[in-house]
Amino acid sequence: MKLTVEHVTRYTWDVPVRGVVQSHRLTPAVFEGQRVLDWEVTVSDGIRGGRFRDGSGTQIQSWAVQGPVSEVVVSVKGRVETQDLAGVLRGHRESLSPLVWLRDTAPTRADVALHKLAQSVEAPDPLNLAHGLAAAVAEAIAYQPGVTTARTTAAEALSLGAGVCQDHAHALISVARLRDLPARYVNGYLQATDDGSPHEAMHAWAEIWIESLGWVGFDAANRCCPDERYIRLGCGYDAPDAAPIRGIARSMGREDMDVRVQVGSAQQ
Amino acid sequence: MTEYFNEMFHAGQVRAPYGRLQDWMAAMPAELRQMKQAEAEELFRRIGITFAVYGEGGDPDRLIPFDMFPRVFTAREWARLDRGIRQRAQALNAFLADVYGRGEIVRAGRIPADLVYKNAAYEKAVAGFVPPKGVYSHIVGIDLVRTGPEDFFVLEDNCRTPSGVSYMLENREIMMRMFPDIFRENRIEPVDRYPDLLRRTLASVAPAKCNRDPNIVILTPGHFNSAYYEHSFLADLMGVELVEGQDLFVEGEFVFMRTTEGPRRVDVIYRRIDDDFIDPLCFRPDSMLGVPGLMDVYRSGGVSICSAPGAGVADDKAVYTYVPEMIRFYLGEEPILQNVPTWQCAKGDDLKYVLENLGELVVKEVHGSGGYGMLVGPKSTRDQIESFRARVAANPGNYIAQPTLALSASPTFVEEGVAPRHVDLRPYCLVGERIELVPGGLTRVALTEGSLVVNSSQGGGVKDTWVLAE
Repeated sequence: MKLTVEHVTRYTWDVPVRGVVQSHRLTPAVFEGQRVLDWEVTVSDGIRGGRFRDGSGTQIQSWAVQGPVSEVVVSVKGRVETQDLAGVLRGHRESLSPLVWLRDTAPTRADVALHKLAQSVEAPDPLNLAHGLAAAVAEAIAYQPGVTTARTTAAEALSLGAGVCQDHAHALISVARLRDLPARYVNGYLQATDDGSPHEAMHAWAEIWIESLGWVGFDAANRCCPDERYIRLGCGYDAPDAAPIRGIARSMGREDMDVRVQVGSAQQ
Repeated sequence: MTEYFNEMFHAGQVRAPYGRLQDWMAAMPAELRQMKQAEAEELFRRIGITFAVYGEGGDPDRLIPFDMFPRVFTAREWARLDRGIRQRAQALNAFLADVYGRGEIVRAGRIPADLVYKNAAYEKAVAGFVPPKGVYSHIVGIDLVRTGPEDFFVLEDNCRTPSGVSYMLENREIMMRMFPDIFRENRIEPVDRYPDLLRRTLASVAPAKCNRDPNIVILTPGHFNSAYYEHSFLADLMGVELVEGQDLFVEGEFVFMRTTEGPRRVDVIYRRIDDDFIDPLCFRPDSMLGVPGLMDVYRSGGVSICSAPGAGVADDKAVYTYVPEMIRFYLGEEPILQNVPTWQCAKGDDLKYVLENLGELVVKEVHGSGGYGMLVGPKSTRDQIESFRARVAANPGNYIAQPTLALSASPTFVEEGVAPRHVDLRPYCLVGERIELVPGGLTRVALTEGSLVVNSSQGGGVKDTWVLAE
């Protein structure tokens, strides 16, 4: 499947800022499930900085903008050819030991309810366990935008019983780690609507390490594994760690951010 | 503790390295000694060296007591320490390069995978990145204790940013000023090459993108930091700039320093800031001390950071147990310096032994430092032991235990004259293109009679440390 992406993030400040530094994880991962046809990231008035691939295989590109500016626009535009690998991240080059991904972090830290949820699943093998945990998370947290925020933790989302893809991913990572399955947070794009109408956000899901298969994606929010409708970017311990754009503005003023994401299927 | 090794008087005789010091000591009447002591304190105050060693906190303006009686090693004793320290520094760096690369030592089953990869000090952000010359820990501070004429043990390794080297330099400077005669009578190896060696070491690990004489800076958290004096002292002696995070900025593929003549590129950063704080974009987002974007420049080869972020996984107290194994694995050698036997409470059998023998052991937190969060069994009350027992039982993985060592004692000026006091030693090994070690280090002394705690926050002082030339 050929997917097209247009993703614009606009930062504005009420007082001009003296400078901005950003670190981007906005490049599609290199693996058998996707092939980049073209891909371009631009930053208004941006100076391109260092670029490298980290131990998790995530490609990182840094940018700087010299001030004073009161607006910075990050635009992503590209086309990717994808195929359905049933969620398996085949052919992805990375050097980190899977054990690193057993560490918990503030957004994924377990409370009693998460422990209970983790223990509620019985399965004959790790793959079925992972599927079972993803299903349990989908059951326990209803998809409902507007209830949680970017700072909501897995434990809070579970107690609310509602959340968005970030919350599902955090909860799934938390319960997987409790069952000794390495797990991580993945950012990307999903062609969710057939007409390709704009979303307000990118998509996110979890990957779980299955010894026999390697990393396998689980999208609890959509009760499925990533298929040809998904484009995978980078990964991290949790949403803040994997953030597609991390930035710091030297500023005293108030920052506003507006995001537009459009994912469509290209005309053959 | 009754039995310990006295470094000056042994088997009824004055040991050779202290021979000339006995006359010096005898020829110093109490009034002269008091005058000299006051003079030394005045000198220390005037140069402003008042910080707490090893980040122990406490009053930053408090003067650490300086004891004028030098601690002395023979050339032969030092030759062995020298080889042992270099060997250890090399193995620790090989370990770091390995665990951030292929992890051969883990694959070979010589160290548990969990201990490395689940360690809080293992830094995911630098895995797969190879720093210039493959060096992670450029200044390795190795804490040594002595228990007999030939018996030295490594108490712990410090691979991040060990402090205290300014004391090593200042103690010597002040001794030479106050007692020029004894420096004529004894042939003492100099330590004053240290700043130059440090500068060369840092220059030797300049990044590949640097094609000129590297610009080196020292990055300090600022003047409120307890070791700020040392930061500015070393910057002065090396002739490099002392900067704070706000003096640096990232643009394009490089880091720049703001100067009155405009931005100047920086190639090597000797940072005295912890990993967590050096880049809010990569680590703690609330840090105001670091430089946003620094880690991206580092990982794309635009700047070197010394020590390398992530180096802390090698000096963890649980990883410490495996350093002899690292030496065998990477260097194919037997360790020249021994570890203190260590029980890891994470292991069931060890935990059982530790809980049964708390009264005899020293118990430490795996990530603790500065003599806090530790139990010295023989010096503790029953209540202290019991409350520690509960803490260890609740979180065994957080504790290790060691036998209470009979630390050697070195003659020290006290109220009544000269008396033995327990000492340790921290030499500073430099690792870059070459491995360098100046003969000496920082001797800390427990000034309270019978005390084994040399930390300055708990009544410790410092001494000049001599290595005699052949």
